[in-house]
Amino acid sequence: MDMNQYLSMFIDESNDHLQSLNESMMGLEANPEDISIVQVIFRSAHTLKGMAATMGFEDLASLTHQMENVLDLVRNNKLRMQDFIFDTLFKSLDALESMVQDITAGGEGKADVTAIVAALQAIVRGEIPAADGAAAAPAAAEASAELQITLDEFQYSVLEQSLQEGHQVLYIDVAIRKDCQLKAVRAYMVFDLLERSGEVVKSFPSVQDIEQEKFDHGFSLYYITQKGADEMKSMIMNVSEIDSVTAIALDQESLAQMALEAAATVEAPAPVQETAAAPAPVSQAALPARDENAAKAAPSRTGAAPSRTIRVDIERLDVLMNLFSELLIDRVRLEQLASEVQNSDLTETVEHMGRVSGDLQNIVMKLRMVPVDTVFNRFPRMVRDLAKSLDKKIDLIVTGAETELDRTVIDEIGDPLVHLLRNAVDHGVESIQDRTASGKAETGTVNLRAFHSGNHVFIEIEDDGAGIKPQKILQSAIKKGIITQEQAAGYSDDEAIQLLFAPGFSTAEVISDVSGRGVGLDVVKSKITSLGGNVVVYSTPGKGTNFSVQLPLTLSIIAAMLVKIGSEKYAIPLSSIVETAIIKKTQIRTIHGTRMIEFRNSHIPLLSLSKFYAIPDFDDTTEEETEILVVRKGERMAALAVQDFIGQNEIVIKNLGKYLPEIQGISGATILGDGQVALIIDPNAFIK
Amino acid sequence: MAEDIKVIVFKLGSEEYGIEVDKVQTIERMMPITRVPKTYSFIKGVINLRGVVIPVIDLRGRFGIQEAEHTDQTRVIIVNVNEMEVGFIVDSANDVIDLNRDSIDTPPEVVGGIKAKYLDGVAKIGEDRLLIMLNLSEVLNKSEIVQLESLEG
Repeated sequence: MDMNQYLSMFIDESNDHLQSLNESMMGLEANPEDISIVQVIFRSAHTLKGMAATMGFEDLASLTHQMENVLDLVRNNKLRMQDFIFDTLFKSLDALESMVQDITAGGEGKADVTAIVAALQAIVRGEIPAADGAAAAPAAAEASAELQITLDEFQYSVLEQSLQEGHQVLYIDVAIRKDCQLKAVRAYMVFDLLERSGEVVKSFPSVQDIEQEKFDHGFSLYYITQKGADEMKSMIMNVSEIDSVTAIALDQESLAQMALEAAATVEAPAPVQETAAAPAPVSQAALPARDENAAKAAPSRTGAAPSRTIRVDIERLDVLMNLFSELLIDRVRLEQLASEVQNSDLTETVEHMGRVSGDLQNIVMKLRMVPVDTVFNRFPRMVRDLAKSLDKKIDLIVTGAETELDRTVIDEIGDPLVHLLRNAVDHGVESIQDRTASGKAETGTVNLRAFHSGNHVFIEIEDDGAGIKPQKILQSAIKKGIITQEQAAGYSDDEAIQLLFAPGFSTAEVISDVSGRGVGLDVVKSKITSLGGNVVVYSTPGKGTNFSVQLPLTLSIIAAMLVKIGSEKYAIPLSSIVETAIIKKTQIRTIHGTRMIEFRNSHIPLLSLSKFYAIPDFDDTTEEETEILVVRKGERMAALAVQDFIGQNEIVIKNLGKYLPEIQGISGATILGDGQVALIIDPNAFIK
Repeated sequence: MAEDIKVIVFKLGSEEYGIEVDKVQTIERMMPITRVPKTYSFIKGVINLRGVVIPVIDLRGRFGIQEAEHTDQTRVIIVNVNEMEVGFIVDSANDVIDLNRDSIDTPPEVVGGIKAKYLDGVAKIGEDRLLIMLNLSEVLNKSEIVQLESLEG
């Protein structure tokens, strides 16, 4: 039987199962007594095993089989879940994920999982190691010894960038003499030395582990410097009690090679839909595969229905969009004609066409929009692991995962968010001791929020940690030569905090492999800016920090208010309008040369759009009664004077093309029913 | 042996200009233009070309020639250069000719008041017809416009 035709379906379903396994496992960790969750996990694992066996992926099947054995004991109340078991199960899931990824990439799904299997078998035999024992699980230690030093995408891109900028990237392996008494001290001396002439991007074991002497007799690291490999080597050898040092200068190729080798263990699975391969002959194909497999897996099929996806070139969708807006315009013309002709058959047909095209419009729009969930779903697991490795307690609260974003943005936004989240977990939330000392709850909270506002989507990452001290940032920035002492004096607290995004800035005082070192937020910023977005930080010392990422909906439909000013028509996003009103000339006051009006017991500025846009045939200042729109940006509000309201409408946002420069106060254009172009007002530009 | 190229011929005042046909997407009759505030005076605004919003430039304004009333001869030539789609408003456009590259001479210093750098060359057709070939990427060069503006302002 040719398996290839089922392969994409297998991958889709496996990813679904792995995702749900991850989620249920986290649910179980939060609520270890709930056997019903174990049942769900068991069924999911069982199905996965059956599928893998049918497809001939033996390693995958045998690992899931071992997991099942453990879960079986748990659901029959023969084994109580505890930290070590969770860790091993999560490790197994990671291994499964990397196997499935290997299969996706065309591999055989083979991986050396003997260590994990041994650990699982030990659990089944009841050999559970003491949770805090010095020799924490021989099997686990074995597993970690086999792990290579792995780079995440961010660290990898930093290394790659450094190479492009002409820095040296070294892979350094240091072995400390076996009879060394204080190896952590030696290691510290090496790190100290390295710090002086470059930056350690990633070390293995992690720096915390090294500090706590949780390493054998050597460690490896990736290092950025200007110095040569040999020079570094001899410098490190100067530290006493060092046995040997290997320093290899990497070029882009060898870096890519190393990253590739390590990729098998890299975290963060691509979201399910992303990896969905070409369309498979789904419905027919599903049946025989299931029949074969029925004896093993048939009764246990639960979980999410397989997602049937097709990959479509985004350009084709663009063409579809353009054709569609043509159709919309024709529809409006037809409606106008029909009302003139007054033929009931014609009117009926046009009305029907209107309804159909309305539905069609919704579908076309939705094609490009993907919920941010596809990016967010890997974060709970990541935060859990991070918190654990940092010995912190952290709740990740995700809201607005259903918020939809343009596909192209979704594809790019994952990495920056990973970085910001790590930042929040590592630097934001304090250690348990610090939290209790300052009277906070032991468990820190990280909020991950997504929401629509105007023609933007905001993603906020907010922690309730120690916050950022502006003074500290200024000092650090002066020390690093980013700003001068004199400049610093002129910085407000807010401006100081934004310095976090300056290139070359990193406030990390303690080396930690979680955030890397010197891998600053500037990379995050440039990525987000390249997407046409923006990122800002708000921080209250002692209360916490909020990173707010603003992203454009590159292509979308929004509800807007159409207004008329003189002979021109403009659209204003409905989401930023608080209300519309008519005011009399007598209600306008002048304060400090600015026209203000009273609005709900406060004074807000009244701005003249006709002046701002230099509209030739209308001037609101001569009107006795003026129509106004009250718009809001955050807490602040302003009133915009217009001539007339035309009405509310759904509009398609179009950009103004590459030739036109950025125009203040205009965020794009749209095509109206009569085929005319109307500009879209960016209300944010009016509120400083 | 130089190749033949096809050239769209259009008029600004009494001068005849040429643009290579492969840079031209389409030629349209005058259509409603939506003014775009706060931009260069020669950018007349944006049009809806079958669902795509395209900025249009008055070529007279761009070259500093006095702008003229639009007539039923007025055309908008939509060009596509360096992934920028832009419409040029011209007095009329009604000819496509074949031209041998050899017949294009380097431009003289001053032709019809237009700076030489906007020109690719001048071609002589027949006895007394001169065709001015436009250098589109210079015409659409924005950094140069910014300089111009700052000099004026």
